[in-house]
Amino acid sequence: MDTFILIGITGIGLGALYFLVASGLSLIYGLMGVLNFAHGSFLTVGAFVGYWVATRLGPETTMTDFILAMIVGGLAAGLFALMIEQLLITRLYDRHIDQALVTVGVSLVVGAVLGGWFGNDLIMFPTPLWFLTAVNVGGAMIPADRIVYIATAVLLLIANWALLKFTRIGLIIRAGVENRNMVNALGINVRRAFSTVFFLGGFAAGVGGVLVSVYSNGVSPLIAGSYLIYGFIVVVIGGMGSVPGSFLAAMLIGVIRQFANYYVTGLGDFVVVILLAGVLLIRPQGLLGKVRA
Amino acid sequence: MNALSVKDLHVKINESHILHGVSFEVPTNKVTALLGRNGVGKSTTLRTIMGFYEGTGSIELNGKQIIGMPTHKIVQSGVAFVPEDREVFASLTVKENLSLAARSKDSAAAYKFVYDLFPELDTRAAQQAGSLSGGQQQMVAIARALLNKNEILLVDEPTKGLAPKLVTEVAEALTKVAEQSTMLLVEQNLALVKRVAQHVIVMDQGRVVYQGGPENLNDDSWVHQMLGVSGGHK
Repeated sequence: MDTFILIGITGIGLGALYFLVASGLSLIYGLMGVLNFAHGSFLTVGAFVGYWVATRLGPETTMTDFILAMIVGGLAAGLFALMIEQLLITRLYDRHIDQALVTVGVSLVVGAVLGGWFGNDLIMFPTPLWFLTAVNVGGAMIPADRIVYIATAVLLLIANWALLKFTRIGLIIRAGVENRNMVNALGINVRRAFSTVFFLGGFAAGVGGVLVSVYSNGVSPLIAGSYLIYGFIVVVIGGMGSVPGSFLAAMLIGVIRQFANYYVTGLGDFVVVILLAGVLLIRPQGLLGKVRA
Repeated sequence: MNALSVKDLHVKINESHILHGVSFEVPTNKVTALLGRNGVGKSTTLRTIMGFYEGTGSIELNGKQIIGMPTHKIVQSGVAFVPEDREVFASLTVKENLSLAARSKDSAAAYKFVYDLFPELDTRAAQQAGSLSGGQQQMVAIARALLNKNEILLVDEPTKGLAPKLVTEVAEALTKVAEQSTMLLVEQNLALVKRVAQHVIVMDQGRVVYQGGPENLNDDSWVHQMLGVSGGHK
């Protein structure tokens, strides 16, 4: 039973990281139809800025320092995402192949610049000592950092839900996901909503980047790769444009992957691909996605 | 005085030349009906005025050139649009659909006007727009356009696909709206057109072939020749 709880909660922790990457991807694709391969670079920028902040806040990182590093990393990634959107993406709306090429190019450039600057080896990310402890949950000793991943993902999900549900910009985003032209036809500049979504998506990816660095035992220009692939899988399984769908899919993938890897080492990725194929065959719009007219 | 003046408007969509030098005027405070057989370019004309399609020529709103402007700017200039297929936001509630459309902070009077016009929208405020009937969705679409101060209202086939009882309801609402608005109405229902229109434009094959008063709509042979339908039936 202890093992079951341990694998379940660590799976949810892994799912939380996938969610942080996928939530922005999902909104960006859902609202703008932009297949954003630069999303991984938002994660990397957030991770490096978070690392920079954490290393400057003192020899011993406290929880407050870490949270601050996470927020600043998120903000930096959000601003970087906004800059990419303003400089490049706004010129390429409805040009999907060009978008894919340009965003892949951005991710290559960011990776090369950071690799040239810091090298590609993992650099240890300073964390609070509490992260090295374990928390007893139902008799299972859960690594404390997993609790932080889960809490952060849940907080961001709630913040995202509140923004979409209770604010005018959220209303515009929800309407824009359904019908961009009609939002414009109501006299609303839907592109402003696009920029907001890029910033929010970048912020979530940046926060995710800091946490992924902790999970991966260090920060490196290469950390985003597999998470971006899993982010896309989460978006497809959860449903394009559905943030709750991304949350559900991320948790499902995290838990299934952990259990599969526990019983047969290396089976996790294979099981996730089977899950993806199954969803595409049975429910192509994703778990909580809607069929587009 | 004309609210809208379209001159020599050409539109190509995917290499197809849809509008061939369309020119017409929409007089202020009158309802102008834009008529013609299916596929002659009526909806394309409306959607080009809205900025959905690129065109060449001139589109002036109260003397101000609006061709080439982004759609949201055109709307902010005073053009309101009720699209052919309603295009309500299905996942939003009726209230959310309306509040999205209301651009002014002080829109209490506008809300009162639309709720007087369509009391059902008030009672169904919390219902998802996607679960409304076609007629109720049309009410939402019209109400959205009426929540702001407009110079002109573009209405594209508001009775299309509606049951006869709902056609009457929508027609009555449009008649009330027409009393205080400038409207360019694309409509196949000639009974409704005769009831509300003071000015008629007929299009054929991407060109305007008639502009004038609505008197001819009572002449069956003219209607048959221009629109390909019997005036008595449509």
